[in-house]
Parts: sequence; C-alpha cells; structure tokens
Amino acid sequence: MRFTKDHEWIELDGDMATVGITAYAAEQLGDVVFVELPSVGKTLKTGDGMAVVESVKAASDVYAPIDGEVTAVNDALSTNPETVNGSPEGDGWFAKVKVADTAAIEALMDRDAYEAFLQTL
Amino acid sequence: MSSSEAPLKTTPLTETHRAMGARMVPFAGYDMPVQFKDGVLTEHKWTRAHAGVFDVSHMGPSFIRLAAFSGDPDADHKAIAAAIEPIISGDIAGLKPGQIRYTILLNEQGGMLDDLMVGRFPEPDLAGGLYIVVNGATKDDDFALIEKTVLPEAGFLRVDDRALIAVQGPEAVDVVSAIFPGAEDMSFMTLRRFQDGEFPALVGRSGYTGEDGYEILIAADHAVAFYERLLADERARPIGLGARDSLRLEAGLPLYGHDADPSVSPIEAGLKFAVPKVRRERGDLRGQDRLVAEFGGALSRVRVGLKVLEGAPAREGAEIADGAGKPIGVVTSGGFSPSLGQAIAMGFVPPECAAIGTRLNVIVRGKAQAAEVVAMPFVPHRYVRKP
Repeated sequence: MRFTKDHEWIELDGDMATVGITAYAAEQLGDVVFVELPSVGKTLKTGDGMAVVESVKAASDVYAPIDGEVTAVNDALSTNPETVNGSPEGDGWFAKVKVADTAAIEALMDRDAYEAFLQTL
Repeated sequence: MSSSEAPLKTTPLTETHRAMGARMVPFAGYDMPVQFKDGVLTEHKWTRAHAGVFDVSHMGPSFIRLAAFSGDPDADHKAIAAAIEPIISGDIAGLKPGQIRYTILLNEQGGMLDDLMVGRFPEPDLAGGLYIVVNGATKDDDFALIEKTVLPEAGFLRVDDRALIAVQGPEAVDVVSAIFPGAEDMSFMTLRRFQDGEFPALVGRSGYTGEDGYEILIAADHAVAFYERLLADERARPIGLGARDSLRLEAGLPLYGHDADPSVSPIEAGLKFAVPKVRRERGDLRGQDRLVAEFGGALSRVRVGLKVLEGAPAREGAEIADGAGKPIGVVTSGGFSPSLGQAIAMGFVPPECAAIGTRLNVIVRGKAQAAEVVAMPFVPHRYVRKP
C-alpha cells in the first residue's frame, strides 16, 4: 500500500489499483454521512478531484493519487457511508482504477514514510 | 473586521477544552472546540437524549442600567425599555421581571445587524436594568451601537470576560437544578439570579438547540470548577460547535452571518414574531415602511426549510432552482441532520416557491438534486413552559 500527502491510499494488484482514504483522514473528517464517487469509465489525472466525502460538518475532496481509468466504485458506500470510518483502508475503499503507469505508484510514500509524514503535521 | 493574523482570543475554558482533547478551530475570533472525542454525530445525539454542555463564552453578554432610578419599578423598566427600543424590533416595555425575549438589532433599512436575547432583571424591585446577549462575531459593533444609543439615559457594561455556558437537552433540568435548586421551576425564556450558592450566577432557561436547557453566566474564576462540576454528572457531556450548528439547524433557528445579514429583514428571515404589533403600530421601527409593507406580504424572498431528497448535503452557497431549472435562490445553511438521517437546509426563495410541499432542486457540484420545502423546525422544539 502507498500513500499521498493528501491522505489517499492506493494498493496495486497487476495493473489494477484500489484507492481509498487513510485511517488518519477518516479520523480527521469525523463521521462520514455521504460519499460522492466517480463514474465508472472516468479518466483520472493525478491530483484531480475524484470523489467527495462529506461529514456532518463539511465536504472534502478526495484527489486521484495516480493517472488511470475508473473500472469500479464501491457502491456500498452510498447506503453505508459510515464504512469509511469503520474500515477506511479495507471495506471503505472508494474506487478501482486501471493504472496507466504502475511505476508512478512506487514513487509514492510507503507506510513508514507516511507515518513519518503524519508526525510532521 | 477580524484579521486572520490577529491572535485568537480565549475563553475561561479554552485550556480545559485542550486538556480534554477537543479539536480546536478559530470561531468568531476565539479558539473554540468544534468537537470533543465523541465526534459531532455522537455529541448531537447525546444532546437530544441527555444533556450537552457548551462553552458559548465567545458570545456577547452585557448589561444596561439606568443612570438614575426613580424608585418606581414600572417607571424604571419603561425608561430602560425606551432607551434600547429605538434600535431593536421587540417589545421590551412589555417584559415582566425575569422574562427574556428573542429580538432583532435593526439597521436604518430594517435589515438585521444581529439577533439577540434581551432579559429584564429578575428582581421585581431591581427594575431599570436589562441583560443583553449578542452574537460573538458581531459583538464589538453591536456593543458600540447599543452603548451609543442608550447613553446618557443608561450605562452600558460588557461582561464577555465572564464564562457563558449552555446546558441543553431533556436532562439539562436535572443537571442544572442539582447545582441551582429551584432552576427546575423556571419557565423557558426566563431569567433568575442564584447568588447564595457555591457558584453565583445569572441563569436563563434558554438556548439555541430546540431543546429545553439553560444558559449560565458565571465569573471567569469560577468557570473551570463549574464546568467540571457539570461534567461530573454522568448525564452531561461536553459538546462542540459542530453539533451546536447541526442542532440549531434541525431546530430551524437562523444563524446570524449565514441565514441573516444586514440586507435581510426579520420578515424575510421568517421572524415575524420578533416584530410585534405594538411596535409596528407605534411606527418608530428602524425601516418601519419596509417592515410593515413586508409584513403585509410585499416580499421578494423568504427563508424556507428544505429536505434534500437525494444526493449530497446542500451546504451554504448552493444554488436553489425551480422545477424547470431556473435559479431562484441560494442555500444559507445546510448539512446532514443526525436526528432525521438525511440532508436538510435553509435558504431564501421567492414567496411563490415557498409553500410547504413545493418541489425544488438544489445544485450541488453542478448536479441538480430534488428537494422539498418543509415546515420548520425540522425536529420539534421541546421547550418547557411553566404556567
């Protein structure tokens, strides 16, 4: 699993990646009440908004950690958005993405680097 | 007005909140807890079921008192009412001892400079004084206007260096009357002074959550001990500003600076009750002609409640469109209602679109989502009124 400074995680399996938000992000957002997911087939550019996650208090953008094409989204979040809080790095995943350049993922932070990054916040 | 570089002000409880692990944010120029460890959703539901304790010391409590008393309580009350009524919409002369009224600070155009609570001192023989609480974000301007208006007939004293603590929810009465015996006998929107106990305080049975509850003005050097005493009661938990906002939204109560501003009249804001007949007929309201015309129905916009029937919560700034897609208004506050489990909002629309049941759309991130005009409050008020 790799991580971004915007608190997304990405896990690669072949050229397919699963994307979500980190446990730290979920904790900071508080109780998630709504998730707006991208449409299947959408082309993502690194850094573009790919989803919106809403807590009671506010809406927050989730940014694409990688270039690629959305092949599936976690529809279960539309009825159970609280899964993002309960299992942010598991059942609370947001989208599956067919990745154009898998090497770009390697450039992202690993867990140790991300944990160290969190200490600086 | 407030610069982002200005150091944040603190309340007598700021350090206590930090020590409890609250998440702190800047609000109205103060360093304030937006949530405690439970989080907004749990804090909201706790307040609706039990008792929530809120630090609202950023708000603006103040007193005005006649410079010279006649000794006749009725005459003195009439005199202090006459000093403040020129800038507000309410009937202050009609207040009984200890009665509190929600009212509006008006500009010359009949627009809202703030909403506020005005209470007559509770002691029948201590007439000639009023307790006035204004909003935190506007208090410096409000205080300046109030002081200028009441001088020289009355003196003005801001007491926002004290702590103002709200206890709200169905069990607030038990929590508060354990410390202030007799508080359970108070009616909603009344004021009583508790002078002789461990914590001398001015206690109002009032609040802004839609629940029964109290707002307690207490000296800064008693604040921490009093707050800790409240929280030692297992029915009481600390609640942050996040839940305070979702609670008042469900209660259909406008938040100044969002659902009201100097361009908005109390009639447009759905606060007709705050512009009583006795004031309209006397004819000396600021913005008299506009307010009377609007009262008669000459309105271009009114505040409505909306249930968002699908999609994301519609928040402040989201456009409101009619069924044909034509923009007709804007959301002024909105979010997820923890009690109802769905998104709700308030906004302004033309009167012809304001009837209960009207189907409208809210535009969230470019997408039109169905919404319906509903009656407010969204969640019934549970104020306790005594005969």
